[in-house]
Amino acid sequence: MKPTDISAPDYFHKVVDCQWACPAHTPVPEYIRLIAEGRYSDAYMINWQSNVFPGILGRTCDRPCEPACRRGRVEETPVAICRLKRVAADFKDDVKHRMPKPLAKNGKRIALVGGGPASLAVARDLAPLGYHCTVFDSDPKAGGMMRSQIPKFRLPDTVIDEETGYILNLGVEFKGGHRVDSLKKLLGENYDAIFIGSGAPRGRELDLPGRKEATANVHIGIEWLASVSFGHVEKIGRRVIVLGGGNTAMDCCRTARRLGGEDVKVIVRSGFEEMKASPWEKEDALHEDIPILNYMVPIAFKHVNGKLIGVTFQKVKAEYDAKGRRNLVPSGEPDQTIPCDDVLVAVGQENAFPWIERDCGIEFDKWNMPQVDPKTFASTNPKVFFGGDAAFGPKNIIWAVAHGHDAALSIHKMLSGEDINERPLPEVHVSSQKMGIHEWSYDNDVSGDKRYKVPHRDKVIALKDIKTEVELGYDVKLALGEAQRCLNCDVQTVFSAPACIECDACVDICPMDCITFTENGEEEDLRQRLKAPSPHHDQALYVAEGLKTGRVMVKDEDVCLHCGLCAERCPTGAWDMQKYLIDMTLAGSTCQTKARSAA
Amino acid sequence: MTYIAKPKFHHPGLKKNELGYTHRDYEGKISTLCAGCGHDSITASIIEACYELSIEPHRVAKISGIGCSSKTPDYFLGNSHGFNSVHGRMPSVLTGANLANRDLIYLGVSGDGDSASIGFGQFAHSIRRGVNMTYIVENNGVYGLTKGQFSATADRGSKSKKGVMNTDNAIDLVAIALQLGASFVARSFSGDKSQLVPLIAAAIRHKGAAFIDVISPCIAFNNHAGSTKSFDYVREHNDAVNRLDVLTGRDPITVEYAPGTVQVVEQHDGTRLALRKIDADYDANDRLAAMTFLQKHAAKGQVVTGLLYVDPDAEDLHAHLETVETPLNKLEAKDLCPGSAALEKINASLR
Repeated sequence: MKPTDISAPDYFHKVVDCQWACPAHTPVPEYIRLIAEGRYSDAYMINWQSNVFPGILGRTCDRPCEPACRRGRVEETPVAICRLKRVAADFKDDVKHRMPKPLAKNGKRIALVGGGPASLAVARDLAPLGYHCTVFDSDPKAGGMMRSQIPKFRLPDTVIDEETGYILNLGVEFKGGHRVDSLKKLLGENYDAIFIGSGAPRGRELDLPGRKEATANVHIGIEWLASVSFGHVEKIGRRVIVLGGGNTAMDCCRTARRLGGEDVKVIVRSGFEEMKASPWEKEDALHEDIPILNYMVPIAFKHVNGKLIGVTFQKVKAEYDAKGRRNLVPSGEPDQTIPCDDVLVAVGQENAFPWIERDCGIEFDKWNMPQVDPKTFASTNPKVFFGGDAAFGPKNIIWAVAHGHDAALSIHKMLSGEDINERPLPEVHVSSQKMGIHEWSYDNDVSGDKRYKVPHRDKVIALKDIKTEVELGYDVKLALGEAQRCLNCDVQTVFSAPACIECDACVDICPMDCITFTENGEEEDLRQRLKAPSPHHDQALYVAEGLKTGRVMVKDEDVCLHCGLCAERCPTGAWDMQKYLIDMTLAGSTCQTKARSAA
Repeated sequence: MTYIAKPKFHHPGLKKNELGYTHRDYEGKISTLCAGCGHDSITASIIEACYELSIEPHRVAKISGIGCSSKTPDYFLGNSHGFNSVHGRMPSVLTGANLANRDLIYLGVSGDGDSASIGFGQFAHSIRRGVNMTYIVENNGVYGLTKGQFSATADRGSKSKKGVMNTDNAIDLVAIALQLGASFVARSFSGDKSQLVPLIAAAIRHKGAAFIDVISPCIAFNNHAGSTKSFDYVREHNDAVNRLDVLTGRDPITVEYAPGTVQVVEQHDGTRLALRKIDADYDANDRLAAMTFLQKHAAKGQVVTGLLYVDPDAEDLHAHLETVETPLNKLEAKDLCPGSAALEKINASLR
């Protein structure tokens, strides 16, 4: 194998699995250490810089970081990264004075369509640079789907108000209750750039027999959630069926339980395991006595003279073809009709751009989606950018934020007369953490604790009030315990071959058998010859040459605990523990075309 | 030294031996020796050998004297019996323990000071008597605990860290062990585990006095230019006569060896030692030739390593003394007191 180029910004970034997996590349271990130190405001600001909505995401994020967390490969469960983010938000001091002070207006005007996370992220990045940002939303308050679709018992309004407030207070103009119904008209208002972050606002319909007749008691999930959110709907029937297996379905069923639904069921086509909902959301639904029935395909709404009485299902089973693709085929069991008073349909969301005239320079593909560059988020109209669900269909808040950062960078570059396709590399800082012979500036003693559960409010109380938040969040003590579980993967093991005397001390001490000194070979061969063979090709081997015996040092990054014992036991300082911080390039980073910074 | 405990987590893919243990289960406390000490590699090799042999930790007694080397039994086999004896007295304590209970595996760990200076006589007699043990000397040529004076195994002409020349002749413990009748004699290097681990495994399986001299560089006081016990010197002057594969069980030898390159030695307990010859003329069953070979190469400044001599049919001290098979702690009063009839018989024979 070729020696590893550790100066490439991505190499060590990938070792920080959580940060690499996060669409916004939040420096997770860094903020977790700050939480452990009790520096909640600092932890919050690191999050705010990167993911814009720490308090909101700390309650609602889809957490792509957690399945990636190294801890999950070392023991059963990853670090509760998401809920630690909430800890930073819950325990911080007043951070208003730490928000950026916008520069004098530069005369450029940006229109942002939709007041959700994507548009707000763009505004957050551009307003401080002096851009005049105008956000349009049909709802009276900012937040978009975060406010309209996520139930208040998961995400209280106060948190949304606070975090959207930080952005609007940067001098962003918010035009609430103002629906944009013509892009052409907006283009005519001579904005320097337009960002479209209008989401995926249309709930998918379920066109089955009886749908029209029973329409009074068949509701589209996200519309119903929005109506609940704005107080237009305050009750539902006693028996409720929720159709669909995503997170919206979970929000629907739990909301129904709080509005009078006593017998609420979720019914899905697929198997329980394949449901799109996050495992913890399914858990929360089950905890609130909501059964989830699987392998049942709805085929008709049953009604008597337009009054819904139930839904009929066909029973199916999963069969796999030669290519491993799953097909749902009838199981042969008789159809089943489940009686109910109301149905909530949560079978997906769609984009809808009726307000974009097809002759204003924006090309659409055959699925009626705008053509958007996945790197620059530019449409085929050079002035118009897309992001969030509006760009590539329904995803999560954290993706919308990541899109917003990239789109803001594009807009800033375009309006600075630069090529938007040239994306500056991130800035990387690497610094030794050595404080003394065996002292490090981070706590390298690995905690053996199991994942701490987040305390929940008592179910009886929680189900009584739709606005009572269910999760209470970690207290300081639990947060500290959970923070200590973080393995500090950003404190990297850095090897210097010329200093190495090949004494094997690091090999002997490594608790995870990560380090091997051996003859070089092809990767496949080398992976087999490691002290603990490594079949996980997605995890890098760190190869260094230049040793006196002509061998190579191979470190399998896979399950390294970053405990620093290799460096503690190294007599010559050939191993060092160095903290790796990466600043993702945002609009207005200090220099415009940053050269790659050597590690 | 390191202040944190070694994390309990281990690699999820670690293999288990026949007893269901991983090699991590054979560890002891975290080492308090200097970072990079060769002794820690020997510790790791002992752990590896015991893991590979699927030894039950409670069947092992590890016994040591005084010195850096003699601290190491604390760092391996945390669930075994141990005795940290007086300086240089490991061989006597081990001999006594062995006579009292022959069922345990005896692992004597000593250093060049402990065995070649203060305990030289003890070393000699335990070898001479053929005590069934694995006697490992962690040999760094200096007194590390007292800051690096030459020990008795330091080569004449080698230099101390301050540049002082050693004018005394060196004791070669391997040569002495051969002369005193050790039935398993090997030398190895802490920086070469692929050689050391099988040697330790073979020695544990050997019945009789098995002696291994392991050159183990002292990072703090004896790893400089001018030292003959440094990593660089040993790597440059290492003359390995053979490589060893230890084959336990009755399975046929599956590894392919080129004809004439391997010598298979079967030990008492059925363990077969496959010696892959590096020096084609070297015969590991010839004590006299081994002694000559050793002296010749030592004169040239070479460090001869490998399994230098093995007598697979050796007998141990218990056989010589015709002691009782049962460990003393399992003998009942009726075994120990044969009764008045037997006494009468003895008395009669003396009249």
